[in-house]
Amino acid sequence: MKNCQLAIIGGGPAGLAAAVSAYQNGVRDILLLERDKSLGGILNQCIHNGFGLHYFKEELTGPEYAARFVAMLKETAVRVVSDTMVLDITDDRVIHAVNTDGYHTIRADSIILAMGCRERTRGAISIPGTRCAGILTAGAAQRFVNMEGYMVGKRIVILGSGDIGLIMSRRLSLEGAEVLACVEVMPHSSGLQRNIVQCLDDFGIPLYLSHTVTDIIGRDRVERVVIQKVDENRLPIPGTEIAFDCDTLLLSVGLIPENELSRQAGIRLDPRTNGPEVFENMETTIPGVFACGNVLHVHDLVDFVTREAQNAGKSAADYLLRDPMPATEAYRIEASDDISYTVPQKLHPAIPQKAVSVFFRVRRTFEKSHILVTDGETVLCAFSRERMAPGEMEQIYLPTALLRRAKGNTLYISCEEVSK
Amino acid sequence: MQDVIILGCGVIGAACAYTLSRYDVSVTVLEKSNDVANGTTKANSAIVHAGYDPRPGTAIARLNVEGNRMMEDLCRRLDVPFKRIGSHVLAFSEADLSHLQVLYERGVKNGVPDLRILTGEEARLMEPNLSEAVVGSLYAPTAGIVSPWELTLAMAEVAVRNGVELILEAPTTAIRQEEDGTFTVTTPKGDFRAKTVLNATGVDAEAVCGLLGVHEFTLTPNRGEYYLLDKSEGTRVRSVIFQCPDENGKGVLVSPTVHGNLIVGPNAEAVSGADATENTAQGLSFVKKQAIRSVPTLSFRENIRNFAGVRANHAEDDFLIGESSTFPGFFHLAGIKSPGLTAAPAIAKEAAEYVASRTPLIPKAEFSDGRRVIRFKSLSEEEKRAVIARNPLYGRVICRCETVTEGEIVAALQSPIPPTTVNGVKRRVGAGMGRCQGGFCSPRVQEILARELGIPMEAIPLDQPGSNILTGRTKEEYR
Repeated sequence: MKNCQLAIIGGGPAGLAAAVSAYQNGVRDILLLERDKSLGGILNQCIHNGFGLHYFKEELTGPEYAARFVAMLKETAVRVVSDTMVLDITDDRVIHAVNTDGYHTIRADSIILAMGCRERTRGAISIPGTRCAGILTAGAAQRFVNMEGYMVGKRIVILGSGDIGLIMSRRLSLEGAEVLACVEVMPHSSGLQRNIVQCLDDFGIPLYLSHTVTDIIGRDRVERVVIQKVDENRLPIPGTEIAFDCDTLLLSVGLIPENELSRQAGIRLDPRTNGPEVFENMETTIPGVFACGNVLHVHDLVDFVTREAQNAGKSAADYLLRDPMPATEAYRIEASDDISYTVPQKLHPAIPQKAVSVFFRVRRTFEKSHILVTDGETVLCAFSRERMAPGEMEQIYLPTALLRRAKGNTLYISCEEVSK
Repeated sequence: MQDVIILGCGVIGAACAYTLSRYDVSVTVLEKSNDVANGTTKANSAIVHAGYDPRPGTAIARLNVEGNRMMEDLCRRLDVPFKRIGSHVLAFSEADLSHLQVLYERGVKNGVPDLRILTGEEARLMEPNLSEAVVGSLYAPTAGIVSPWELTLAMAEVAVRNGVELILEAPTTAIRQEEDGTFTVTTPKGDFRAKTVLNATGVDAEAVCGLLGVHEFTLTPNRGEYYLLDKSEGTRVRSVIFQCPDENGKGVLVSPTVHGNLIVGPNAEAVSGADATENTAQGLSFVKKQAIRSVPTLSFRENIRNFAGVRANHAEDDFLIGESSTFPGFFHLAGIKSPGLTAAPAIAKEAAEYVASRTPLIPKAEFSDGRRVIRFKSLSEEEKRAVIARNPLYGRVICRCETVTEGEIVAALQSPIPPTTVNGVKRRVGAGMGRCQGGFCSPRVQEILARELGIPMEAIPLDQPGSNILTGRTKEEYR
């Protein structure tokens, strides 16, 4: 058994930023474990631009964004072990991992979970039809096209208007494929508005809202895909069938944080995010184990991942080198029905920072509105927004000074539209 | 000229090949698909039935109970996942309770050991997630679960290792009986001649028999659809949960699988033939509704895959096995509906007796039985260390959901029946069977296949020829 002060599981954007931040905050013995051959995670296949607008104030591609952090990491003494799969993490922070050099057990004083997420598949939404070739997730297609130089089809229907689906609509069009339709079961897209414009509208690709794929036809390879309009309960409406002759169906139907290791370690997960329940310092229910990035909750923008990971890196440094926060929760954050989740879910007592960041997502579109934080009786603070949509994560900073005024130990977050 | 030709390499064909490979007879197996176990065998409930369902006195009853008795030892020898987890048939009404009594009595007559009728409370003590509406159950401790494709593959591999010739992509297109009583079977891979033919072509058996110009039985292909739930639902029940047949059909089962998932299904719907394996919205919603009657807390949000299989059903309440009434030496192993998987080893024993009536079966001097597979995931820490030290490829995890290593994939590619497709690798080592359904590992499996087979990535099919995953290179015209 080897020992290390801090182990980081995953070398994507979250793991990279967490490692650099922990180092900058004084931790010297850091081990970063990455399952792929190179660092950067999913950014390496995201060759489009639009990354870094918030963090670097410039527009980078995914690999460029990753390269900036890889360069920062090179300036540190963080040890990187790639092509290595973590098989298990125990509740006393022992990591079991394998690579071609052997089987490794590492006892870490602190761990940052940064394993990212995976794509939901056809099974998750039970699409009827044949199980032929030509049905793949948008991310898998992105890897084939962008990293390996292979085409996945010539006439393509995309189910789901999440960002990866939108980006792939444009990408495959540029590679000469014909994208016949982008189909979204909800009445609104779950992707960023700028992607709808730049990836669908600019290429004349029709977006079918409130529609879903109800049949896949084809013996060996997809030959036809049938879509149908859905009612308010998302059930197909008979008689609304539209058939597309195509050879490929791409699925962009959501992302799921990859928390198998967290579950094995016994970390409590939040069923709303599918990620660990965390305090404002990204600490999970196991003291000294932190989580950040898409393993915690699915983000739209890598810039937010970076900020969150820096918080986790600094918190791990505080835990290791300064006073660990007590494992007690002073406040619980409750979201109203219009909000699907918040991260963090709870706050420590006596938070040293002036303000804590709270991420959340709305369940429906809001026009000009207020975000209210109350203690159940009194409004503690309010934030205004011109517009909010489920596809765009919201962030508010709660001034910690206000918390002292809160009665009880629950903070309620809700949204209300400002009547015109 | 061979002694025996076996048509079809599903579980029945493979069991026959394995059984006959012990003897000094020459055997050729002709399989239409590019892999073994690729029809009904790969898409069913994967249950080893106890044997209380079939009517006493039938071959199906005898072969079911005998197959169940043989299965554990067979699976141990061949290193095939098998678990004897027991089964419950649930009763929801007085009528169901009296049906349980009928099944119990049948079971006793069929020689099924240790059957018990339980009250609803007793059943829920064993299976706490059963519905409160359950008023009783028939408990059969000898029921089990198995991996049907791994069983088939294992039997076929041992048969091939012991000299059986397996020809893939060889569908039968013509059969004739020569004047000397031997048979000539025509396939795209050439003509094959043998003294005895065993027809184990599953749903195609009627059509294959028809190639002789006779109609000796009628099959009514029948599709069953399934959900396969994530391992997080894998312990929702600990045994196989059946329902009593009622006016809605034969009932839907809920069961753990040997791989740790939960299987839910099937419905029953008449279809045109073996190819009709698509899922339907109606079929799936029927399965869901029925399953929730047994286990109300099932979470279909955890579904990772739907599939459907086609049963070789027919009107008789027995298997259609025995010699053709018109062509001596041509034997039907047909109409192998449920519990055909359970009965397979016993059916093969019977088939060997058919062969023995035409060619003496003398045991081989050197028969090499048994098989061992390295499944990295199930090794202890020490064993993992040792296997990586021996071959570093066992330290490279390719399928992260199922923890399948490159070493296991390469070993499969060096096995007696190497896979040539992504699904072939999946059936052998489990890569792509997990919750991401190959999203991450399928490209890497393709890479390994391309490298080891010496063919381009684009040429690797998902399953049958024409099911290629990639359609070419990007920017092809500039290359």
